[in-house]
Amino acid sequence: MAVPARKIDMAEALLAAHSAPGGEAGWAASARAAAASRLRASGAPVRRDEYWRWTDPAALTAPAPAPAPLPEATAPVFAGVDALEVVIEDGRIVSAPEGMEGVEIATLADAMARDIHWAKELYGVLEANGQVPVSRPLAALNTAVATEGLAIRVTGKAPRPILLRGLRKSDSADAVLHHVIRLEPGAELTVLEDGGPGARVNALIEADVADDAALHLIRASGPEAERRGVWQLFARLGRESALKAFAIAAGGRLTRTEQVVELTGDDAAVHLAGACLGDGDDFTHDDTVFVIHDAERCESRQVFKKVLRGTAKGVFQGKILVKEGAQKTDGYQISQGLLLDERAEFLAKPELEIYADDVICSHGSTCGAADENALYYLRARGIPKREAESLLVLSFLGEAIEEIEDEDLAEILREQTAAWVKAGA
Amino acid sequence: MLAIKNLHVKLEEEDKVILKGVDLTVEAGKVHAIMGPNGSGKSTLSYVLSGRDGYEVTEGEASLDGEDLLDMDPEDRAAAGLFLAFQYPVEIPGVGNMTFLRTALNAQRKARGEEEMSAAEFLKFVRERAADLEISPEMLKRSVNVGFSGGEKKRNEILQMAVLAPKMCILDETDSGLDVDAMKLVADGVNALRDAGRGFLVITHYQRLLDHIKPDVVHIMADGRIIKTGGPELALEVEKNGYADLLKEAV
Repeated sequence: MAVPARKIDMAEALLAAHSAPGGEAGWAASARAAAASRLRASGAPVRRDEYWRWTDPAALTAPAPAPAPLPEATAPVFAGVDALEVVIEDGRIVSAPEGMEGVEIATLADAMARDIHWAKELYGVLEANGQVPVSRPLAALNTAVATEGLAIRVTGKAPRPILLRGLRKSDSADAVLHHVIRLEPGAELTVLEDGGPGARVNALIEADVADDAALHLIRASGPEAERRGVWQLFARLGRESALKAFAIAAGGRLTRTEQVVELTGDDAAVHLAGACLGDGDDFTHDDTVFVIHDAERCESRQVFKKVLRGTAKGVFQGKILVKEGAQKTDGYQISQGLLLDERAEFLAKPELEIYADDVICSHGSTCGAADENALYYLRARGIPKREAESLLVLSFLGEAIEEIEDEDLAEILREQTAAWVKAGA
Repeated sequence: MLAIKNLHVKLEEEDKVILKGVDLTVEAGKVHAIMGPNGSGKSTLSYVLSGRDGYEVTEGEASLDGEDLLDMDPEDRAAAGLFLAFQYPVEIPGVGNMTFLRTALNAQRKARGEEEMSAAEFLKFVRERAADLEISPEMLKRSVNVGFSGGEKKRNEILQMAVLAPKMCILDETDSGLDVDAMKLVADGVNALRDAGRGFLVITHYQRLLDHIKPDVVHIMADGRIIKTGGPELALEVEKNGYADLLKEAV
């Protein structure tokens, strides 16, 4: 089917809005050109596309971001964590860290200027793999134009997490960030993200997790009324490796997290969890997930919880694909919407596609108001309605936060979430 | 203490009248029991007094120490000193029992303009009361009523009552689903709270609970009204002869 001309025009306009980086190595230029071709072939996303039906991509496909007033200054979520900090201000990396024991860090610009660099094996590669069967045009755009990001290579157990701290000074910065992360066999790393790195965000992580390695990704996006962005993850997991990703967003207008994870080695595990606190008339929180089981005895878990007030909209599109031969797969998926207003919406599309005959896959999706009986019980014990509701909201989100393996980090997020709920975020 | 006058209540959703003029006064320091056959309106009375949605008071009044209860939100009734031990305690996954108890106690204290209890102070306070009811520290850590047996749920209700120390306690069929030992434990917990300043309204089908919690006054309820009031001997009469004679007498 021919791609509508409008989608192609929009793609051209997006490519034209970003200046071509100069001075890059040949492989980098090729990777970008290939990505630009992918974007031209699919066109920019529009609501008629199957995976954008419930989330209007217009704010993400306009050539320039809509002005987004700066959020009120608040303490960063991970302020108390001993971490290697990388500050990303208005889409630019302003502090270039040296790395640490077992961790090499280069800026993306530095990596792409070198003729020989490991990033060549990764940049745009996992993203390109993830374009089938569903095209992900914003990811192709990212690969084509991103100049900011990090190339992180981990050879051992990282002594501290890396913290990507987003800061905003401008109301119109278009942040396009592309990180490539490679974990060598047995390596371990935690990457934390807090704050907001731009007025509009198109962030992408390509992660190659080798055998026996473990990668933890935890993102906390604080209350930022004007946040509009897409966060994408393309990951490949080797034998007995693990990937655990968690993201929580409070407020914002459009927050889409798109994750494509391919389990390519036996006995690997991926846990993806997410939560949001949504309010207001212009709030969409979207989790679009694609997990591909292509090896034996792998485990995948998806736990997504959305609290929605006003006319807030929560979207979940999650697919588990079990390829032929991926026997003993254990796949689990739950998505739940807690609607605190009659006008709030939760839209879920769980999908299972299974080509192996000895697997366990379960999925569930629920959507409903706060439990009236529980609310009455709490109030009958003297807990005011609003506080009772908050307790139920926290218990609802608790199940997603529990997915975080590090208990200290989970506790930080539990407390932060309680504070957000209390403040009515 | 608790004064109910000519209380008429219907279901909000349908035109079904359940209470048809209940008159009842419970004095401080006294234990009143309400007995009655199924469908007589006993549980409805407890729900209406505690402020559950879905009921409409069409006539009459209910007050606690002179304060109009029917106008208050459920949380304000609790802060005013009313407590309902539920027939079916609600399970709340994800909310720890301790968090629940502490939030409830401090919310009530705050509403009454009292100082909140510190975490350390509270822990000691709860543990002492839990031990009396054979509630383990592990049960305190678990989510509210989740995975509790019938007996554990009822003991947890009595623990809440002990912690919140209300003025007026309503026990709605607290004996249902309990074996003899569990009933004795619950009754001991209730008896320990009996004092001159506190009133009790014990709703039950059977006389056996009243062997353990000795009532001062027994009321028989049928078809939305109190049809007879007497001493403890009235409960024994019901146990022996059932409700049939009393119902006939009332017509």
